[in-house]
Amino acid sequence: MTALAQDTAHPVLEARGVTMVFGGLTALNDVSLRLDRGKIVGLIGPNGAGKTTFFNCLTGLYTPTKGTVLLSGRRLAPDPSEVTIAGVARTFQNIRLFPNMTVLENVLVGRHCRMRQGPIASLLHGPSFRREENAAKQRSRELLAFVGLASAEDEIARNLPYGDQRRLEIARALATDPKVLLLDEPTAGMNPQETEAARQLIFAIRDTGVSVVVIEHDIKFIFGLCDSVSVLVQGELLVEGRPEVVRADPRVIEAYLGKPPEEIESETRGAAEQDKREKP
Amino acid sequence: MTTLLQQIANGIALGATIGLIALGYTMVYGIIQLINFAHGEVFMVGAFGGLATYRWLLPEGIRGDWYLSLPLMLLGGVVVAVTVALLMERFAYRPLRNAPRLAPLITALGVSIVLQEAIRLWFPDADAAQPFPKAFLDAQIKIGPISLRATQLLLIAVSIVLSVLLQTYVNRSKMGRAMRATAQDPDTARLMGINPNRVIVLTFAIGAALAGVAGVLYGIDITNVDNAIGFQNGIFAFTAAVLGGIGSLRGAVIGAFVIGLIKTLGGQYMPGGTQYDYVWIFVVLILVLVFRPQGLFGEAERVRA
Repeated sequence: MTALAQDTAHPVLEARGVTMVFGGLTALNDVSLRLDRGKIVGLIGPNGAGKTTFFNCLTGLYTPTKGTVLLSGRRLAPDPSEVTIAGVARTFQNIRLFPNMTVLENVLVGRHCRMRQGPIASLLHGPSFRREENAAKQRSRELLAFVGLASAEDEIARNLPYGDQRRLEIARALATDPKVLLLDEPTAGMNPQETEAARQLIFAIRDTGVSVVVIEHDIKFIFGLCDSVSVLVQGELLVEGRPEVVRADPRVIEAYLGKPPEEIESETRGAAEQDKREKP
Repeated sequence: MTTLLQQIANGIALGATIGLIALGYTMVYGIIQLINFAHGEVFMVGAFGGLATYRWLLPEGIRGDWYLSLPLMLLGGVVVAVTVALLMERFAYRPLRNAPRLAPLITALGVSIVLQEAIRLWFPDADAAQPFPKAFLDAQIKIGPISLRATQLLLIAVSIVLSVLLQTYVNRSKMGRAMRATAQDPDTARLMGINPNRVIVLTFAIGAALAGVAGVLYGIDITNVDNAIGFQNGIFAFTAAVLGGIGSLRGAVIGAFVIGLIKTLGGQYMPGGTQYDYVWIFVVLILVLVFRPQGLFGEAERVRA
């Protein structure tokens, strides 16, 4: 089978039976997920359901106790830098930029794994070194423009407003040329306008050919964004399916929502606002 | 007045040596938060590497021509220093990467003793000071009222050039950015496709190369070396790195010049003379640490988070 045929035959990202045990605690139990090319999949669940743990398993920060993660049908080694080189990028729930670097430098670090200059070449500053540096800078500037940060490239990252830091994280993740982008609560602490802008941005990312998995607390946001939604409760996959099916599923309403969705929407909105106040 | 200027010049020359060593301390600390106490010994084996190159590798005909033999000695010193540093990283520090911080620190002290004793035992006659070739480059250069050895001027020039090169490398190249990213947040750096081991190896190699250059140049300046020069200059360099703010490249270089000046000026003008010059260095260190614990150019702890 050629690599190309393999590419179309498999979902772009697939997790099979991922189980993660910490000491005596089973954080994830037999969780599977399928992400097809050009789709957006949502991952929801109450706090402590294991959503971020699942992302950590997908990106190699954790080695799953059981189960495998496949990218285009090929097994991913549980090593963060290898996973990124293979084509999976992510952002974090609590933003993790390089705080003392400029905005442009943060994106350039994301370019790292697609650059080839050796230590000697970069000492000599030869023409090929300069060509590659300039190409990386140009690509990084395009990405900053794409997420709407074109005018901020020389700012120090930690001085950016909160919403801009989130967008910078996305630009940095995109700089690794991912096939799959994992977003961990991309709208946490955002107001309705920023949330809508984030939704449009995620659609725009999908339209460039990147498949996306989104963790989110904001139910309305998830149901208006995703092609398919998976619900995690206490480390187990409760339901997965199209948003309207998941939304109507009585088990989801009972286990996760507890109340009709309209009430939850206003509550999660309130919680998001509170998040914003707590995080500087 | 002439004495003052002369001592300032001497202080700058001493600071140049210390600065090249201090850069290695501060870089390694920045990446893996390890005070590599064996780094002074890397400087020492670098000096012996240069000496060995001169004694046993250089053909008779070119020994007298400093512009041929010096670059080859520098190359020999750098190769030996980098090899030793990489072995040290691979076999002494890497297995302890996730151990409590005290473990690699004590290991560093052990490595330091191993290297000192290895030179004393196995370098021929190295239980006494070994003469460095001084047949070449022994000119005195007069600048106004002061006079410096050509080797001192060479040390100053090389030190400044290498510091600037290093700063450019760290700020403007792919691996430099990877080093800074790893220093600020190693886990996130890995998620950007950066291999932390490569960054750490490169950091040790660059630090060792600078120390090797310093070792050889120090040798031809002082004209004899023994297995204790690493300890003595290592302590100065470590102090310079802490004074400047450990983790900061600029801080290490400036800290080194400050220490060089304190040592020569303190020895000249303070009571007790040169016998007490160490005292003034450490008095200044203590004062800086009391009033500015992060050092002159250090970043306050919170930004690491």
